Amino acid sequence: MMADSGPEEIAVIGNTDLTSAELENNIKNTMVEIEKWTSLLRKMEISVGEAEKRTGKNTVNMQEIYTVYLIETRPVDAVTEGIIPAPDSLWRRYSEFELLRNYLLVTYPFVVVAPLPEKRAEIVWHKLSADNMDPDFVERRRVGLENFLLRLASHPVLCNDKIFYIFLTEEKGWKEMVYETGFQAKADSRLKAMNAAFRVKNPDKRFTELKHYSDELQTVVSQLLRVRARVADRLYGVYKVHGNYGRVFSEWSAIEKEMGDGLQSAGHHMDAYAASVDDILEEEEHYADQLKEYLFYTEALRAVCRKHELTQFELEMAAQDLASKKQQKEELVTGTVRTFSLKGMTSKLFGQETAEQREAKLQVLEQQIEEGEEAVKEKNTESDEFVKTAWLDIEHFKDQKDRDLKEALISYAIMQISRCKKGIQMWTNAKECFNKM
Amino acid sequence: MFNASMPTSPGSMVNQCKFEEDEESDSKDIFITVDNPESHVTAIETFITYRVLTKTTRSEFDNSEYEVRRRYQDFLWLKGKLEDAHSTLIVHPLPEKFVVKGMVERFNGDFIETRRKALHKFLNRVADHPILSCSEDFKVFLSAQAWELTTYKKQGPGFLSRMGETVRAVANSVRGVKNRPEEFTAIQEYVEDFSNKIGSLDKVTQRIVKEQKEYLEELKEYGPTYTLWSGSEEELAEQLKGVAGCIERCCKETEEQVGHLSDTLVPVLHEYVLCAETLKAVLRRRDNIQAEFEAKNEALATKKVDRDAESSDLGFVWGSLLGKNPEEARHQRQERLDGEIEELKEEIDKLEDRVEWANNALKGDWGRWQRSMRGDLKSAFLSTAEKNVDYYEKYFIFIHTQITVSL
Repeated sequence: MMADSGPEEIAVIGNTDLTSAELENNIKNTMVEIEKWTSLLRKMEISVGEAEKRTGKNTVNMQEIYTVYLIETRPVDAVTEGIIPAPDSLWRRYSEFELLRNYLLVTYPFVVVAPLPEKRAEIVWHKLSADNMDPDFVERRRVGLENFLLRLASHPVLCNDKIFYIFLTEEKGWKEMVYETGFQAKADSRLKAMNAAFRVKNPDKRFTELKHYSDELQTVVSQLLRVRARVADRLYGVYKVHGNYGRVFSEWSAIEKEMGDGLQSAGHHMDAYAASVDDILEEEEHYADQLKEYLFYTEALRAVCRKHELTQFELEMAAQDLASKKQQKEELVTGTVRTFSLKGMTSKLFGQETAEQREAKLQVLEQQIEEGEEAVKEKNTESDEFVKTAWLDIEHFKDQKDRDLKEALISYAIMQISRCKKGIQMWTNAKECFNKM
Repeated sequence: MFNASMPTSPGSMVNQCKFEEDEESDSKDIFITVDNPESHVTAIETFITYRVLTKTTRSEFDNSEYEVRRRYQDFLWLKGKLEDAHSTLIVHPLPEKFVVKGMVERFNGDFIETRRKALHKFLNRVADHPILSCSEDFKVFLSAQAWELTTYKKQGPGFLSRMGETVRAVANSVRGVKNRPEEFTAIQEYVEDFSNKIGSLDKVTQRIVKEQKEYLEELKEYGPTYTLWSGSEEELAEQLKGVAGCIERCCKETEEQVGHLSDTLVPVLHEYVLCAETLKAVLRRRDNIQAEFEAKNEALATKKVDRDAESSDLGFVWGSLLGKNPEEARHQRQERLDGEIEELKEEIDKLEDRVEWANNALKGDWGRWQRSMRGDLKSAFLSTAEKNVDYYEKYFIFIHTQITVSL
C-alpha cells in the first residue's frame, strides 16, 4: 500500500493494481504521503485533449459563448496486459485555469508559477485572426494550457497541492473548494502590497539583479516577437505572390506549342511553392509560443522579487520599530532627551512626571520591546526562509529556462533548414520544367 | 568567332551562346558593345552618350573596327529608319524614353545601366538579323562620326512626305482590311494573348521584387533583436548570437537574390512587353499595306464600271454645252478612263508585289521572333530558378554550420 512507500522508493509507485479511483482515495486519506512525491507526472499522464464551445449565462445574466477544454488524466501505470484504459476526464474553461493560477500565486509566493497562454491573441500577423473563436487560436491555446498543467505537475512543490489535484480530477465543486481556502482575502492584500510604493534599504542583491533581468527579458522578447510577426507577414506575401506565376504560366501554356508543357508543369510547382508557406509559418508560430511563455514568465519572476522586497521591508520596519522603542526606553532610563518628542516637550512644560508614571511607561516599553524582538526574530526567519526557498526555485527556473530556450532556438534553426530544403526542391523542379521549354 | 575580350553582360552572353546554335549565326560577323555612359553638359541641355564599339569582317564596312559615341536620340532615329524601310519586319524594342512610375531620374545610376544593357541588346539583335543588318542606316549609325551622322540624318524624305504617309496609313486603318489571310489572323490572336500574359508576368515579377524588398527590411530589424537579447543572457548568449548570425546571412542572400531578379528577369519581361506592342504595330502595318491594295482594286473596279457604262445623259448635256460633238465627247471620255485604268493597273501590280513581299517578310521574321522569344524567356526563367536554388543552398549550408558550431 501507499503508506509504505517513502521518497527512496519512488519506483514502487508504479503499482499496476491501482486504479485512478483508488489513487484519489489515497490522496484524500493520506495527505502526508503527497509531500513525499517529487513529481505528480511520475504518477499520472495529463493532457488537454480537445476544445468545445458552450453557451451559457454569465455573471450579469447575459448570453455568452465560451470555450471549454477537456482535461484527461490517466495513471501512468494503468497499462495492464497491454490494454490502456480510457482516461478520466472533465471540462474546464479558461477562467478556471486563471483561478487555479491565482490561488497558487497567493499560496506559494516563493514559487515562480508557470504562466497561462494568452487570453487574447496579442502579437499576431495578418493571417491569424485576433478572434478568440478562431480554430487555430483555440488549438494553440489548448496546447498552451496542456503545457501549463504539465509545468505545474512537474514542479516539486506545486505538484503536491491538493487544489491542483482536485482541479484535474473533480469537475464539480472545485470552485467552491478554492474559495473556501480563503485565498481571495490573501489575494486582495497581496495585490495591494504589490502596488504599494515603498523603499527597501537592504534587499538581497540577487533579487535586485533578477528584477532587472526580468525587465530586460520582457522588453527584448516582446520586441523580438513583434518583429518576428512582421517578418512572417512579409514572408507570407513573397511566397503567395509566386502563386500568381502558377496561374499566368498555366494560361500562357495554352497559347504556346513548344513551351506549353514546360510552362504548365512549372506553373504547378509555383503553386506548390506558394502553398508551402502555410505549414512553414504554422511551425514558426509554435516557436513564437515557446518564446511567449518565457515572456509571460517574467511577470512571475517580478512577483517573487516583489514578495522578497515586501518581506524585507516588513523586517526592516519591525527592526526600525524595535530600535525606536529601545531608544525611547534608554531616554526614559537616563532622563536625557536625545531626540525631539512632543512628550518630552510637554513634560518640560507641565513638569516632570512622577516616578510611578515613569515606571509604568518603562514597563510598557519593555513589554513592547520584548514583543518587538519576537516580531523581528519572526520576520527574520520568514525573510530567510523566503529567500532560501525562492532562490532555490529561481535556480530551478533558470536551468529550465536555459534548457527550454536552447532547445527552442535550435528547433528554430532546424525549421529554417527545412524551409531551405523545401525551397531547393521546388526551385530545382521548376528549373527542370523551364529547361523543357 | 567569339571575341572573349569583349565586355558583355551575362544576359547577352547567354543569348550569344544561344545564337551560336542557330544556323544563321554560323556566320555571325558583327560584334557590337554598348558601354561607357558619359554625361555631356551643353548650354541647352544635359544628356548621356554611350560608346558603341563595333568589330566586323563584313566587306560593306571599310574598316574592321569602329568606335563612336551615340545618344538615345540616335538609337530612336535608327529604329525609325529601320521600321520605315522594313515595315513588316520585327525590330527589337528600344528601352522606353522615360520611366513613368517610380520617378526615376534620367541620370540615376541604375536607370543608366538598365538602359545601356537594353541598347546593347537592341543593336546586337539588329546585327543578327539577316535583312536589317544590311541596312545602310545601320552601317552609318555604327561607323559615322557625330557630325557625319548629323548630316546624314538630314537627308532622306522630309517631314511633309512622312506626314503624307502617316495620313494614308491612318486612312487605310480606318477603312480596315477586308480579306486578311487566316495565318495573320492567327498571329494577331496569339499576339493579343501573349501581350496579356507577358504583361501579367511583368507585373507579378515586379510585385515579387517589392515584397522581397519589404521582407528584407523587416529581416534587417529582426536579427539585432537576438543580439540585443544575448546581452542579458549567459548560457544562451552563444545560441542567440548564432540565430542572429543566421538571420544576417539570410539578409545578405536575399539582397543578392533581389538584385539578380531585377537585373535578369525584370528587364527581359519588360522587353517582351514592348515586343508585344511592336508586333501589334507590325501587324497593323501589314494590314494597312493590304488595305491600300484592296482600296486600289476597288477603285479599279469602279473605274471599269464607269468606262463600260453607256454615256450618261449628264455627260451628253455637258459635252454639248461645251460645244462638243457627243460622239467625240464620249470617245475622249473613254480614252481618258482607259488611261486612268492602265495607271491604276500598274499601281496595283506594284502594290500586289508590296503585299506579297510584306507578307513573306513578316512570315519569315515571325518564326525567327518566336525562336528568340522562347530562347530569351527560357534562359531568363532558368537563370531565376537557378539563383533561387543557389539562394536556399547557401543559406542552408550556413545554418548547418552554425548549428554544429554554436547552436
